[in-house]
Formats: sequence, structure tokens, C-alpha cells
Amino acid sequence: MFTPPPTFSGYGLGLRKEHYRDFLETDVPVDFVEVISENFMVDGGQPRHILRQVREKHPVALHGVSMSIGSSDGLDIDYLRKLKALADEVQPLFVSDHLSWSRIAGFNSHDLLPVPYTDEALAMVCRNIDMAQEILGRSMLFENPSSYVAFEGATMMEWEFIAEMSRRTGCGLLLDVNNVFVSASNHGFDAHAFLRGIPADRVRQVHLAGHTEGAGMLIDTHDQPVCDDVWALYATAMSLLGPVATMIERDDSIPPLAELMAELDKARGIGSRQQHQEAA
Amino acid sequence: MNLAEWQREFRTWLVTPSDEAATRFGAGATAGLAVYQNNYRAQLMSCLEVSYPQVRRWIGDDAFREASITHIERHSPQTWTLDHYGRDFPSTLLSMYPRNPDLQELAWIEWALSEAFVAGDAASMPADALSHVDWDAARLVFTPSLRMHAARTNAGDIWSALEADTDVPEGSMLDAPGGYVVWRRGFTSRLKRVDAVEYAALCSLRDDDRFAVLCDTLVEHLDEEDGVARAGTLLADWLGAAIVVAVDG
Repeated sequence: MFTPPPTFSGYGLGLRKEHYRDFLETDVPVDFVEVISENFMVDGGQPRHILRQVREKHPVALHGVSMSIGSSDGLDIDYLRKLKALADEVQPLFVSDHLSWSRIAGFNSHDLLPVPYTDEALAMVCRNIDMAQEILGRSMLFENPSSYVAFEGATMMEWEFIAEMSRRTGCGLLLDVNNVFVSASNHGFDAHAFLRGIPADRVRQVHLAGHTEGAGMLIDTHDQPVCDDVWALYATAMSLLGPVATMIERDDSIPPLAELMAELDKARGIGSRQQHQEAA
Repeated sequence: MNLAEWQREFRTWLVTPSDEAATRFGAGATAGLAVYQNNYRAQLMSCLEVSYPQVRRWIGDDAFREASITHIERHSPQTWTLDHYGRDFPSTLLSMYPRNPDLQELAWIEWALSEAFVAGDAASMPADALSHVDWDAARLVFTPSLRMHAARTNAGDIWSALEADTDVPEGSMLDAPGGYVVWRRGFTSRLKRVDAVEYAALCSLRDDDRFAVLCDTLVEHLDEEDGVARAGTLLADWLGAAIVVAVDG
């Protein structure tokens, strides 16, 4: 079993193409950046060159979307080897992916599909995490996804599943506060119970993002600013977690960098207030 | 249903959705399943749009959407990277528009350019590296980004005009077929149309990388004197363009 990744507190952004020039030509005041691993798991060319340049200026977290840790088919070894090669070059702050699945029987959905919260799925997820951490030679973080379908035969709540997954494998956690809010709204559970239910000492990173109201459901679209309800939940999370790496995650309708920096400043303010309250 | 069965059912529902399939996930799952279905299809549509922007401009949004839907119904994604998903789209276009070889060649060009963009890096060959080469045994090394395809139409001109946002020519067959060559120099993907002799020379080297084979191929197409002279000229061009990145031997 691996020990969780080292702690790191600071504030960062997801690095997106629209802001490459800002990050390469100016000193963007962030403590780290996060990149989508798969975008850089290529043989060569400009993407890897840009990543090397950014890495010279900032710590980098690798955040994947294709590991499919919940797949009953096990893991794709070719994928893991490519991720390891990237991680060995980048020496990332964290390597993370999602508690979800996308691959089954030669099919890949390229979407973060929900894992049934059952003992069988827990055993499978833990086997897959053990294998991933073994091949990568490092511990990983796993993120709670937004979900839209609950498995009728589930035997535990999401946070119970996550806590046990972390206990068995030693993996760290990436807490996506927006995903907690979206899933709590869609499935009718208490978001605060989720925050209290996960092991705070395993959380190494926090994501903040926006969502959209769909037909009777909230959809995790990452194309909006963080909403007030999610900021409030973030404040609660910070009071429970203490200092932890936090970032704004925007993947669509990407605004000018200044807008994201303003959101990041708001996160800094909330994080700082929680620390002062703790100190007092 | 165990985990494997549940995941297979989920895949079936994503690829071929039906009310009957949705009921297997429980009565309350319909709205949530629709979100996943929409995400799945929207992701693949977006992937094709990003991979083929000039094809989309050339045939228009409606025809591109129809072609994308057809492709998604025929091809479900299989690998961990979405970068691979559009690889068979030129074949889908060919099957839908068999009388438009210009469209299929335009799609090949776009796909080759995007593959070349992230192909393996190759260092340029130092100018003095040729001085000690044994040409009888020499082997030519292509850049990993090199892609080649027979050229029967003016798809290259169409792509260039669309890319430059200038007047786009009508699609037409070439008077003299040749080849399209795509590769990356530095960080820029490049396209050029070559004549039939150069295309044959490149194809022969792809099968057998010896410089002697290049000479034989060119002598076959030209005559002894012109063939050997053309081999020297082509090699100089390819080295200068970074299509050939090393000469071993």
C-alpha cells in the first residue's frame, strides 16, 4: 500500500490552450497548474514542448480522464505506461483521475460513467488502484465525479465508498466541491454529510467549477463561474480540511485569464479566512 | 446484475439507446441516462468537428452533422484517447459520397496534419553528416511525422484556400495524379503535392529504406542518368525540408 502524496497548499488553475500565451510570456501568479494528462500523452510536438516550458515555471498536477478505474475489465496497461512516461518526465505535484469508468469490452465512452457503490465494485476499484499505483510507482488522487444515475442495488453512500477505497489503497483524494453539490442535488443527499464522511487527512487537492441547470438535474459543465452555493460549500470544506491545494477548473466557454484569477482570489480569501478562524 | 453485466448494459444503452434498455436501470434513471447519452454523443461530435474543421466548412454544417451521426452510429470509440476517434472518418465520407474523391482526400489531409502535429520529434541532420556516408549501404530515415497518400484531386488546393480563407476552387480531378505528403517541421505541420515520380520514390523508401532502392526506382521511372541525378536532387530537398532526418551507413 502506498502512502498518500505529500501535502501542498496553494492556489492554481487548469492550464488550457486559450491561456498558453499568458503562462509562457507572463508571470501568472499561481502556485501550481493542472493539465489534462491525456492531452500531453502524445509522442512529441508542440504540446509536450509547451508543457516542458510551463513546468520550468510552475509545479504541475497531472489530471487524467481515461484511466477508467472502475472498469470490471481492469486497466489498460498501454495507457498506464504512457502516463508513467509523462509523470516521470514532468515530476508532477499530483497524479489524479476520477472514481468512474469509461472502458468495457473494447468500448471507450470517453465520459465519466458512475460506479455502483457496492462491495463488488469497491473490491474491483481497489484492485485497479493498487495496480495503477504499482505501475506508476507513486500514489494517486481520485476525484468524486458528478453523477446522474444511482445504482438501485447500492449498499453504501458515495462518501463511505470513497473513505474505504482510500483506506484500503492508501490513495489520496481530490475533492471536487462542485461535483459534491451537483450529485447531492441530483440524488437528494446531504452535501455536508459527504464532506464530513470523507477522510479529511486524505484530501490533497480541491476542484472548484461551475455547473448548469438541466431538465430536472444539475449538469457538471465546467462552463460557468463557481456559483454562490458552491462557494459556501467550499468554505465548509476548508473549515474541515485545513490548508489544501485548490484550483479553478474551467473547460468550456473559457474566459480571459483575469476572470479566472478573480475567482481564484475569491478562493484564496475564503481559504485564508478559514485559517484565521482556526488560529483564533 | 453484477458489475460487468451492469457496465455492458450501460455501454449497450449508450451505443443503441432504447426505452427498453433504459428500464434495466430502474424507473427513475431515465433522465440521468439521457444526460450520459447526450454527453457521449456530444463529445464524439465535438471531436470530429475539431479534427475536421475544413471538411466541415467545405461540405457545410448540415452535411457534416449528418456524416458525423453516420460515423458515430458505425464506429464506437475503442481506445483511451479521443485523438484516434476520427481516424476512419475519411472512409465514412467515402462511403457516403463515393463520387467525391476530393472530399475523401481533403479529409485525409486534415487527419494527416493533425497526426503529424503530435508525432514523435526528430532532430535535424547536421550538414556535414553526409561526408562519410557509404551510399551503397546508406539507409534513409524519415521523420516520424511523415504521412503519404495518392493524389487524384485538387484537395490540396481546396485545403490551402480554406485554411487561408481565400476563394476556394471547385473540386476537380488532377490532369497528372501524384501524391500528397504531410509532415512536421519544427512545430508546424506541412502539406505538399508531389509528382508521380517523387510519390513513387517516397513509397518505395517506405517499403525499403536503402538509398540504392531509391536510385533503382527512379531509374525505372526515368532513365539511368536522369534517375540517379533525380535521386540526388530529391534527397537534398527531403533533407532540407526535414522529411528525411538521418542517413545511416
